[in-house]
Amino acid sequence: MPDEPLIRVENLRVSLADMTQKPLIGRAPRLEILKGLSFDIPRGAVVGIVGGSGSGKSTLGRTLIRLLEPTGGTIRFDGRDITHLDEAALRPMRRRMQMIFQDPMSSLNPRRRVAGIIAGPLRLHGLDRVSARVDEALDHVGLPRAFRNRYPHELSGGQRQRIGIARAIAMAPEFILADEIVSGLDVSSQAQVLNLLERLVKDLGLTLAFISHDLSVIRRLCTRVMVLQQGEIVENAATADVFDHPQAAYTRELLDAIPLPDPDQANWA
Amino acid sequence: MPRSIPGCVMLDGRAAIRRRLGLRLWLSGGWLALVLLAALLAPWISPQDPLAQDLMSGRLPPFWVPQTEPGFWLGTDSLGRDVLSRIIWGARVALIVAFVAGTLTATIGSALGLIAGYFRGWADRLISRLVDIWMAFPPVLFAILLIAVLGPGLMSIIIAIVVIDWTRFARVIRAEAMNQGAMDYVASAQVAGMPRGRIMLAEILPNVLPTIVALLSLEMGISVIVEAILSFVNLSISTDQPTWGGMIAEGRISVHQAWWVLVFPLIALFLTVLSFSQFGEGLKDRFDPVLR
Ligand SMILES: Nc1ncnc2c1ncn2[C@@H]1O[C@H](COP(=O)(O)OP(=O)(O)O)[C@@H](O)[C@H]1O
Ligand SMILES: [Mg+2]
Repeated sequence: MPDEPLIRVENLRVSLADMTQKPLIGRAPRLEILKGLSFDIPRGAVVGIVGGSGSGKSTLGRTLIRLLEPTGGTIRFDGRDITHLDEAALRPMRRRMQMIFQDPMSSLNPRRRVAGIIAGPLRLHGLDRVSARVDEALDHVGLPRAFRNRYPHELSGGQRQRIGIARAIAMAPEFILADEIVSGLDVSSQAQVLNLLERLVKDLGLTLAFISHDLSVIRRLCTRVMVLQQGEIVENAATADVFDHPQAAYTRELLDAIPLPDPDQANWA
Repeated sequence: MPRSIPGCVMLDGRAAIRRRLGLRLWLSGGWLALVLLAALLAPWISPQDPLAQDLMSGRLPPFWVPQTEPGFWLGTDSLGRDVLSRIIWGARVALIVAFVAGTLTATIGSALGLIAGYFRGWADRLISRLVDIWMAFPPVLFAILLIAVLGPGLMSIIIAIVVIDWTRFARVIRAEAMNQGAMDYVASAQVAGMPRGRIMLAEILPNVLPTIVALLSLEMGISVIVEAILSFVNLSISTDQPTWGGMIAEGRISVHQAWWVLVFPLIALFLTVLSFSQFGEGLKDRFDPVLR
């Protein structure tokens, strides 16, 4: 079914117990973080998810790859309802969706070498040619194969983030979630990582959800943009439409607030 | 895109730090190795029978005093028993208690702490409540009560130490496991589909191991002290088996006539306890590739 989106989300709700407001006796009130989101992520799309801090971007991302369980609604991945699958039932699906994290230091186990970090998920899923796949993943992200034997603390921030990317793509997933993956990096590493990501999306035909608060990055990379405000989608359209004809007032605010560099003078080339 | 240069990494000062840590690790490790050897080889290396009494040669001074009798290097006590031999044999009891009680305490406490800190939820509430209740008991009273019930003996001492001190590991390791559990590498393992129990053992445990090792070493030192204290108040094993605590108790009585009976076991005890704590700290630093 080529028309079916890779991910279909309907009326997605997530609420967490708000422990700060918990009365002495009784239950903590629920904090509504995602308030009924519906959207599709088509195959091969690069969807930018933007919104202010605390708008629920990370919560949405972590729910999509089922690090969190939704309180309501449904998530379908490739037609399969994964909304309430438990870890054991999710395991076969895990290979098909991967995540790249914001903080590359905390997302790499400091006690494992690079080869172990990339190979871990491969072994877990019983893939063959593990060592060759590790080498290929390192090639893909432009790191020398000799880095296999390094520990994370022996790498720079940009190199660590590439290891995070290598770990994700080594699994040959269909969907990758990238949560603010360049916001912890210096400007030149940011540009390199973004270029790399752009190339990988093309070469590997990935479907990517790219969370960021930086609209200039989204404009460069994404085919679609979804704007989140306090747990609700206020805008969801093709990138060009969002930038040229923003519908929601909040989107216009975001566009005005962020100094947009001229995309033609690609400042990260 | 600029290629990354393979040989070019951040310089790290680990070599320098390692050198500074070296001395502490070597000194404490050296002393502990010596005590361990003494304990293992006691029957072959102790110059005298530690229990042999000879009232004719009571309170002989150490070897450097001119008119002493040769063969009793650190002198004899009031019953004429060789102090060095008794210290060597006493190392056995000290180390058995240190290793058995330390390991058991560390294993039980760390396991509960890991489970509470990583799984959270009801497991954490249960374990944390238990720790709180446990710590409400005054430990010394608790120990004496336990030994009164169990009867004096090596086993009782070990059980008392484990029962009292597991909370130290549980608390510290729970907090560490909680910190580690919030790290993204744990989320990443979950994204990869690793089962929860395996995440705890394969991802989190290696990262809290340096802390466990440091606490374990400290705990071994504490066990040696506890054993000595209980021997001192005569709650340890039978009095004819030489223990450092027992020797200190006996030496205290005749300290004005024969100071060496008190001072040498005291030095052995002090150095051993100090070495355990220093060794643990040193190991923790060396264990850590990151050097937090
Ligand atoms: N564990 C939690 N407990 C309570 N509130 C949380 C928790 N995690 C996130 N939140 C709240 O949910 C909202 C959305 O958070 P998040 O998804 O991290 O936003 P974003 O990634 O867009 O900055 C915030 O208001 C945040 O305070
Ligand atoms: Mg976020």
